Amino acid sequence: MTAVLAVAEHRRGELRDVSYELIGAGRGLADDLGGELHLAVIGGQIEEFTRSLSREGVDAIHTVDEGEEFNHDVYTQVTEQLAEELDPDVVLLPNSINGLDYAPAVATRLGRPLVTDVIDADFEDGTLVATREMYGSKVETTIEVDSSRVAVTIRGGEWPGANGNGDTTVEEFDATIDESAVRSTVRGYEEVAGGDVDISDAEVLVSVGRGIEEEENIELIEELADALDATLSASRPIVDNGWLPANRQVGQSGKTVAPDVYIAIGISGAVQHVAGMKGAETIVAINNDPNAPIYDIADYGIVDDLFDVVPALIAEFE
Amino acid sequence: MKVLVTVAEVGTVEDDFEIDGTAIDERYLEYDLNEWDDYAVEEAVQLSEEGTVDEVVAVTIGPERSEETIRMALAKGADRAIRVWDDSVEGLLDVAAKTEILEAVVDEEEPDLLLTGVQTADAMFGATGVSLAAAIDYPWAAVVNDLEYDGESASVHRELEGGVEELTDVETPAVLTIQTGINQPRYASLRGIRQAQQKEITAKTLADLGIEGLESELRLTEMYEPEVESDATVFEGRAEDTAVQLASVLREKGVGAQ
Repeated sequence: MTAVLAVAEHRRGELRDVSYELIGAGRGLADDLGGELHLAVIGGQIEEFTRSLSREGVDAIHTVDEGEEFNHDVYTQVTEQLAEELDPDVVLLPNSINGLDYAPAVATRLGRPLVTDVIDADFEDGTLVATREMYGSKVETTIEVDSSRVAVTIRGGEWPGANGNGDTTVEEFDATIDESAVRSTVRGYEEVAGGDVDISDAEVLVSVGRGIEEEENIELIEELADALDATLSASRPIVDNGWLPANRQVGQSGKTVAPDVYIAIGISGAVQHVAGMKGAETIVAINNDPNAPIYDIADYGIVDDLFDVVPALIAEFE
Repeated sequence: MKVLVTVAEVGTVEDDFEIDGTAIDERYLEYDLNEWDDYAVEEAVQLSEEGTVDEVVAVTIGPERSEETIRMALAKGADRAIRVWDDSVEGLLDVAAKTEILEAVVDEEEPDLLLTGVQTADAMFGATGVSLAAAIDYPWAAVVNDLEYDGESASVHRELEGGVEELTDVETPAVLTIQTGINQPRYASLRGIRQAQQKEITAKTLADLGIEGLESELRLTEMYEPEVESDATVFEGRAEDTAVQLASVLREKGVGAQ
């Protein structure tokens, strides 16, 4: 029996890390159910991707040769058809931007309940029990699903990626694409994080977040960056507000950085931000909330009002 | 041309709060217009101001209290609003339930464009817009941070991970889920707030929409604060003292050496 059907994700010729994490998560769920883990590879360099995904724990890979890049109309149709044929207990998809662009459509068309952005999941006595966050990651919740057929999207970085070569069956799946239902056309891609400064090259980053409150207060952080001979960066809300340009944004949708020292000021440490900076060698947090998730990954911290600490720190370096 | 914008009133919590069973204790909750929906409303109102659309209708699923939040959308320029509620809906609002309710509203309104926020700040499911599109068989695009719409087709930028945007054309009528940063949401002016008092909010029950009871297959069984597993060295004391200690560490790491 097929317990889990997971769909790999790739972009611009490369498999994304979450594809291997889907194998880790999917294998766990399949083991709970005593069934098989099947993967689907839709479009792109199928042979190469299939070789790479033939890892321990994967029972079968279904390949579908449809297009070079992700198109949600194609992915929705293929996933729906595969799910109808294999009837897996769980359709497992990434909670990536593209995952969120088709997983809800798949769940709706299949009439399955959907649990998104899951950070932990297992079956207990045949019931799916999923852990997810709410209220900007301030709380965790447990959700039980009263259905034997479910669709789940998993947050990247929460499961280890699969290792070890597997003895995987590979089958071509002959999907029938209704072209009249392909109503979106991908014209290309654009890099947005260009501009005058490349924050990913900086050795020391002073990064500012929502805690700065007002646009004019950014000046204070600029002063600190100058005093430390550091480069100024920011979390998403600062860029959304137009207070700093997009090339300064650190995070999942911005730049990934790995400086020697990262000083996070007024940044709570939402998962999307952490995804872009956790590779920093030393992380310093200045935030007045001792429970802010940034302290989970910080090496040094000052739990205090940034408007008191930052001027004092500037004075130290001037 | 008519744009339907879904707006949600979301609960926001400060740093300190308590949990009561499987919910945040009501004493610690404040209610506000969902941040992502604020951008969706702004995008719709800008289309109206450009003359591309004639009417902006805001729809929400929420109790009477949420009319305060919907008035914000009206004050910012939406023309009228619809609020759907029924006591049986409380605690049931998973993606499928929301989709069923909104599908019934779309059947009545027949909009040319639907805008939703990418997600709500409280439940953080991020799925209603695309689920709704599938249910009503509209084309869609998720996580849109740039939109050009001429009334017949939409050219969008979808924000992908890693500073990359996907450029996509979508046939319309369509559902677009709107990402923060696509525009600068306006503040509601005093004039707008006064005008909003005169605008119509139509309250509807599930029965009005022809829906006979909703059931959720998801059950929230636990809510708890995640443990902070910090092994950070935290400097304590007055700001002047903690700054000295931090400065010492930073100098050791070579910061500010030049």
